[in-house]
Amino acid sequence: MVSRSTHDHKPLIYEVRGGVGESPVRPDGTLKVKGEFAYASDLWLDDALFGVTLRSPHPRARITGIDISGALEIPGVYAVLTHADVPGTKHYGLDHSDQPVLAIDEVRYEGEPVAVLAATDPHTARRAVGRIVVSYEELEPLTDARQAVFDSSVPPIHPDGNVVRNQPIRHGDPDTATAEVVVTAEYEVGMQDQAFLGPESGLAVPAADGGVDLYIATQWLHVDRSQIAACLGLPEEKVRLTLAGVGGAFGAREDLSMQVHACLLALHTGRPVRMMYGREESFFGHVHRHPAWMRYEHGATRDGKLVYVKATIVLDGGAYASTTKAVVGNAASLGAGPYEVPHVSIDAYGARTNNPPCGAMRGFGAVQACFGYESQMDALAEKLGLDPVEFRARNAVSQGSYLPTGQVIDSPAPLAEMLRKAAATPMPAARSTMELGELPGGYGNTTHGEGVRRGVGFGVGIKNICFSEGFDDYSTATVRLELVAGEPVATVHTAAAEVGQGLVTLQGQIVRTELGVEAVTIRPADTSVGSAGSTSASRQSYMSGGAVKAACEAVRAQVATLVGRAEPDIQLTGGKVVSATTGVVADLADVLADGAVEETAVFRHRPTVPLDPFTGQGDSHVQLALCVHRAIVDVDVELGLVKVVELAAVQDVGRIMNRESLEGQIHGGTAQGLGLALMEEIQVTDGRIRNPSFTDYLIPTILDMPPMRLEILEYADPHAPYGLRGAGEPPTLSSTPAIVAAVRAATGLPLRRIPIRPEHITQQ
Amino acid sequence: MSSLFEEIREPVASDVPVRRVSITVNGEKRTADVEPRLLLAHLLRQGLGLTGTHTGCDTSNCGACTVLFDGKAIKSCTMLAVQADGHEVTTVEGLAGPSELHPIQEGFKDEHGLQCGFCTPGMMLAAKALLDENPDPTEDEVRWALSGNLCRCTGYQNIVKSVLWAAQKLQSQSAS
Repeated sequence: MVSRSTHDHKPLIYEVRGGVGESPVRPDGTLKVKGEFAYASDLWLDDALFGVTLRSPHPRARITGIDISGALEIPGVYAVLTHADVPGTKHYGLDHSDQPVLAIDEVRYEGEPVAVLAATDPHTARRAVGRIVVSYEELEPLTDARQAVFDSSVPPIHPDGNVVRNQPIRHGDPDTATAEVVVTAEYEVGMQDQAFLGPESGLAVPAADGGVDLYIATQWLHVDRSQIAACLGLPEEKVRLTLAGVGGAFGAREDLSMQVHACLLALHTGRPVRMMYGREESFFGHVHRHPAWMRYEHGATRDGKLVYVKATIVLDGGAYASTTKAVVGNAASLGAGPYEVPHVSIDAYGARTNNPPCGAMRGFGAVQACFGYESQMDALAEKLGLDPVEFRARNAVSQGSYLPTGQVIDSPAPLAEMLRKAAATPMPAARSTMELGELPGGYGNTTHGEGVRRGVGFGVGIKNICFSEGFDDYSTATVRLELVAGEPVATVHTAAAEVGQGLVTLQGQIVRTELGVEAVTIRPADTSVGSAGSTSASRQSYMSGGAVKAACEAVRAQVATLVGRAEPDIQLTGGKVVSATTGVVADLADVLADGAVEETAVFRHRPTVPLDPFTGQGDSHVQLALCVHRAIVDVDVELGLVKVVELAAVQDVGRIMNRESLEGQIHGGTAQGLGLALMEEIQVTDGRIRNPSFTDYLIPTILDMPPMRLEILEYADPHAPYGLRGAGEPPTLSSTPAIVAAVRAATGLPLRRIPIRPEHITQQ
Repeated sequence: MSSLFEEIREPVASDVPVRRVSITVNGEKRTADVEPRLLLAHLLRQGLGLTGTHTGCDTSNCGACTVLFDGKAIKSCTMLAVQADGHEVTTVEGLAGPSELHPIQEGFKDEHGLQCGFCTPGMMLAAKALLDENPDPTEDEVRWALSGNLCRCTGYQNIVKSVLWAAQKLQSQSAS
């Protein structure tokens, strides 16, 4: 095994098709268009039982009794389990193990699992679960995150208090800084749902060795495994996970859902157990985006230079910690945005309440803060009488700038250029028709467009890529080169979760570029190889891409040794072993005739450090990524309806590894930002979700999402493999404030809460 | 008489009435006794093993379960199996032969019209219903036709591109 962090940039040779920089077809594309790709919900075995979950109807209650006898009487029921049946640790969590596998004496959110049941089929299981009698003594739920943080008279809902993390940032001299122009406002972000289309599913199969095999749609196989094994009281090697087809993720699969439940039932009954949530249960079965309350005060000089930013950011993590600690770290460290500010004071808090648990969703922490600071930048520009693009460009970070954490941006950050490119993007034609279908609200419209106003807005976002704050972030890849029917074939094995983004395509591209063989097989991701880390934080191209590249380099070195050469001199291309100095040395097929060459590599990014708990100083981030959006909207100011006419994005990605996949990420991330701006919110009242369905929780349709224009820049990051920059999250940050800014431009309203609802436009 | 209940292993209480249905699925006539409450989507997925028809929302919002019903795109999670008696159903598995791709499938594959792929079968069948009726749609017409199908990954840009690509390919095929 080699362990290396390579930053070299040898000239790449593209003698085979489908290498780095190209857009080969997805290896899973044929299966997906044929309907043959096996999603987790498509798996079953003939003797499999069906597992269901009994969930709490109350946001907060004491459990005074559980009677399972009625359920056990139903023919076809094989097991009913409660917390007493959890053989190992009774709690789990990504960062802080505070969440019970099944509720113990108390429930802390509506929908918390209390019992699980396995029966022969879904109908019997659902009927039986209704026969479990749980006695509750309802308690007053704590549902106000600010109260949870600031009101010390509120009794804690966990023994260790309600504040998961408080992270201050102090930069310059914010206490004494004064400015000629000041804007202050409060902002709110609603609770967004990842709304992946394929609900949580998995199949657990008990094994002869007393362990269990789990086929699961997840983002992070190994951390699932370590949590599951601890709860089952099994050594990790007896818990084996294989990635099943994933129907979207966006952060919602980073935490456990039914993993431990299915394994418990399978081990208890000795039968395979399948679990599959419906959409309503899915809304209760995974963490959401943290709602946020933010107070921002910005000061600037009259000529448009930022002087200070003071902010308080409160993020509601709901009942359990999940990833709240990291969400707070992002909101705090990136809370001033991608701007040079001499004096910064930010206090970010993550609270536990009796609201639905919140955790990872695309761009976490950075998304919420971005709405706050970008709204402020527009308000300041207006007060200063400056163009919002020019004002941003005047204050934009660039390579060499300091973040408020004291970290120097040590790779390209061409924000001013990106802003000017976004502003220079050709404008779409003015609306030429009063055709109802073209108006906000479409054919459901009840006006003839008399009150339709057009607005243009810009938004900028900055996101940290990979895991920050000292996390030991790594990925593992095994690459094998061998002869199959006389031809060299490469096989790649990682535990990296393909969730739709195209990582399986990219792995093949890297192997083709590095080893010069066209035939590449990607083995299914499972836990029989080392961890690849999470498919989150826009990190897999960087991290698992880096690991595959490192493993290829090790394979190439081994081949070089076999032909008696030193590795730096040897390239593999077009099935030949080629020396830079003497030309073709051998046919790769001849070298491999004596046996396969296989190497495993572990790739780590450069180290980071935690933020100082009192000052928020420290080089906490690996890499930073920027995106700029321009939004053009039509608003019917009488009806409060918004139609986004066009979205343009400018993003720096360091290096385009696969243009089609990249564009797909920008399109999709932009659409989720549109949803947060205009329609997506889990409505929570007194701790209860009021809209757990796609009838009432709206996500953008093909009519809501307008055509896009993209401009992609490639300023290489010298620290990253191939110079690439993670790309999945940044567009989700900046599209939201751009759209809100455009609606403000059209209406003249302050609009300090997202999503914007029609009544926010009509009732002011 | 074949019983779907044996295949899906869902024991029926003796007092539950069953109805015999006869449905032509992907060109093949299938006969079975089903409970009146059985949804067409579940019949296809569990009874017939056609798991390319996905269920994403249970409330007819997402369209992942879209199939063709006598050539029209419908959401199979909100149709009962008994309602399909005597009708023709086409699922994604019936778009092309085992080793072939329909031009719409080619379009989604080659134009990057999919990421996670969960919405893809429904999208393709909604697109087929459109192109069967309107072989040369505008971008707007494609958007309207697919407005009952949700995708969470792609932002729809490449889905539009894929359908327009397929329309062109189908037209050039029929021209030659």
